[in-house]
Amino acid sequence: MRLAVLTGEHYITGDEACAEGALAAGCTFFGGYPITPATEIAEHMSKCLPEIGGTFIQMEDEIAAMASILGASWAGVKSMTSTSGPGFSLMMENIGLAVCTETPCVVVNVQRGGPSTGLPTMGAQGDMMQARWGSHGHYEIIALAASSAQEMFSQTITAFNLAEKYRTPVILLADEVIGHMSEKVIIPEASEIKTVSRPKPQGEKEGFRPFQPGENGVAPMPSAGDGYKIHVTGLTHDERGYPVMTVEAQAQMVERIVKKIQNNRDDIIKTESYSLDDAEIILVSYGISARTSLAAMNQARALGMKVGFLKLLTIWPFAEEKVRALATKARAFITVEINYGQIHLEVMRSVAGKAECHLVGHAGGTVITPEQVLERIKELY
Amino acid sequence: MKFLGEPYDTDVIKVAKGKVVIIEERCKGCGYCIEFCPRSVLAFSKGFNKKGYHLPFAQKPDECVNCHYCEIICPEFAIFSEVHTITKL
Amino acid sequence: MAADIQASQSEIVHPLDHLIRTDRIPHIWCPGCGIGTVFSACLKAMISSRIDLEKTCMVSGIGCTGRAAGYLNLDSFHTTHGRAIPFATGLKLANPELNVIVFSGDGDLFAIGGNHFIHGARRNVDMTVICVNNFIYGMTGGQVGATTPVKAKTTTTPVGNPDAPFNLPLLAWASGANYVARWTMLHIRKLTACIEKALTRKGFSFIEVLAPCPTNYGRKNKENSLETLRLYRDKTIIKNNVDPSELDMDFEKGIILGEFVSRERPTCIENYDRTCRIP
Repeated sequence: MRLAVLTGEHYITGDEACAEGALAAGCTFFGGYPITPATEIAEHMSKCLPEIGGTFIQMEDEIAAMASILGASWAGVKSMTSTSGPGFSLMMENIGLAVCTETPCVVVNVQRGGPSTGLPTMGAQGDMMQARWGSHGHYEIIALAASSAQEMFSQTITAFNLAEKYRTPVILLADEVIGHMSEKVIIPEASEIKTVSRPKPQGEKEGFRPFQPGENGVAPMPSAGDGYKIHVTGLTHDERGYPVMTVEAQAQMVERIVKKIQNNRDDIIKTESYSLDDAEIILVSYGISARTSLAAMNQARALGMKVGFLKLLTIWPFAEEKVRALATKARAFITVEINYGQIHLEVMRSVAGKAECHLVGHAGGTVITPEQVLERIKELY
Repeated sequence: MKFLGEPYDTDVIKVAKGKVVIIEERCKGCGYCIEFCPRSVLAFSKGFNKKGYHLPFAQKPDECVNCHYCEIICPEFAIFSEVHTITKL
Repeated sequence: MAADIQASQSEIVHPLDHLIRTDRIPHIWCPGCGIGTVFSACLKAMISSRIDLEKTCMVSGIGCTGRAAGYLNLDSFHTTHGRAIPFATGLKLANPELNVIVFSGDGDLFAIGGNHFIHGARRNVDMTVICVNNFIYGMTGGQVGATTPVKAKTTTTPVGNPDAPFNLPLLAWASGANYVARWTMLHIRKLTACIEKALTRKGFSFIEVLAPCPTNYGRKNKENSLETLRLYRDKTIIKNNVDPSELDMDFEKGIILGEFVSRERPTCIENYDRTCRIP
């Protein structure tokens, strides 16, 4: 029997690092469906989970995979699934259910070129807005990005911790390049890995309200079989979990779901800053394109240009306060992403006309090179 | 109860007598309990509840043998029977 | 006098009140709808089977029958349309101690959720699936479904349904269910006994229950709810262990009711533990 957490240095792919991160975070249930380029996550979990007393199940489609991890989460375990674009589209229905019923779970989307079947074996970053708004209705979501195998490990742990802390689905947005790339991953001892578990209710079971928020806006969550006689529904519901079809109940429920994320933005949003202090041009990027951007920034600095780089570790909620503050100092922003402008739009919104906003992007299938970014920097400088 | 010939154990066999209880505000007047009562105990009453549904009532209460059929066929949790008395045949 | 009656009325406790969320009763189902009866039979069976009710949960999909979970005073989950079985699969596999009941309608389980049903049965996940079959989409106002009889009128087949309905017990048998039965809401004692049996059996158990939808199916097809129940009485025949291919939904020929499949295939969890876990 293996230990739940592999430790030491390993040369593994981003997908495998993601699976190891999940195990380190305490995930014991994986419901999945094969899809390139995320299959290796499911494969690794299918091997490891039974060894640590967990359960892996390959469901009949991504709809079922997503439904199964919600069921598992209500049974009291940390659960996850992984997919890519076409499967991510199918999961949207039950991601909405997870949001509405405040069910912690992690969904990893190893992005490939789209739309539709697109480029199954080639990377892209075209699902950023789908992650934000893919399910119907107005809601808040947490989505993270990873730009290396090491980050696939650490961000998967963060995804679980945020899901548990805020009782919400968390999406990890990777891409084919990161998923399939082998790199050194350093896995610390289990005791050094911080894991978070959902708040559990205390006290009286009779009359317990499963959707009555606690201090940080998050309600303690019992599991099925704990004796709380909970009712959980995707219909608009009150704090008891009972369906209530009124304008007031809708306002109350949606506002709470939105605010528990919005009011904790400072805790959720993480970025990394590179040479921003004197930067006239700021690159904004994430995932594989973050590596392109860092290389381009270093090349530009070597040429004496004052270029900085803001790396997004959290995609949603968007780091708008950070970008807005930078916009008072910098002259221009260049968003680097493998699409025709998705996070670019968020940067524009946050900058609000205080600086120029540009995009280096393309439709997908390959990475953006540092030279392409450098060329644009030179044009603007 | 009439018999063609007197069974030898009529003095030992006991027959339950039931009493029908109706939770008036739950009834939606579908009439299943009335139609399918094996002893035709129930009938529609002329009165109705708050929602305007005609309720059943025990027209022949003495016929009830506490079989619970009205209770299990009722889709509304609105009727049940309970033991009234146990008498000999 | 009137006040006295009011007071005594409010004190009446129905024998199943401890298992229902009485603050939500009367329920949403129409007068004459059979779902309440099937739900009540399920509750009776849950009590008589003596399963641990604190460890019992009900999962429903969407539709009229899908609202059942919301009336159960135990852990209950009202999920998305068609997805009750995969949700329940996650619940059961993540905590094998739970008794899992899926209570949903024909449209939910067999049209939008048909794929999940056959895979749940194939894996033989340890759960009891009760399908209230009213031949129609009730909640949306009476559209044709995967179980609507040929020629029946619905709002989307105004001149009659051109397509054949599923034979649900045949589908369940072919997919691998351990236990398969069919009753109508009129055959309540038999139905309750079968649900009780299903709850205590291992593996995937499936019970189809015919129940009237007077508002949508009945009105379109000139059949009031009492007539539908008389049809259930007069046009059905009980034949246990009959070949599932004979179980077509044909009221001209007569509908066969009974227990059809009772076998002991190993469950999903047993297979997983045996195959995937290193001893």
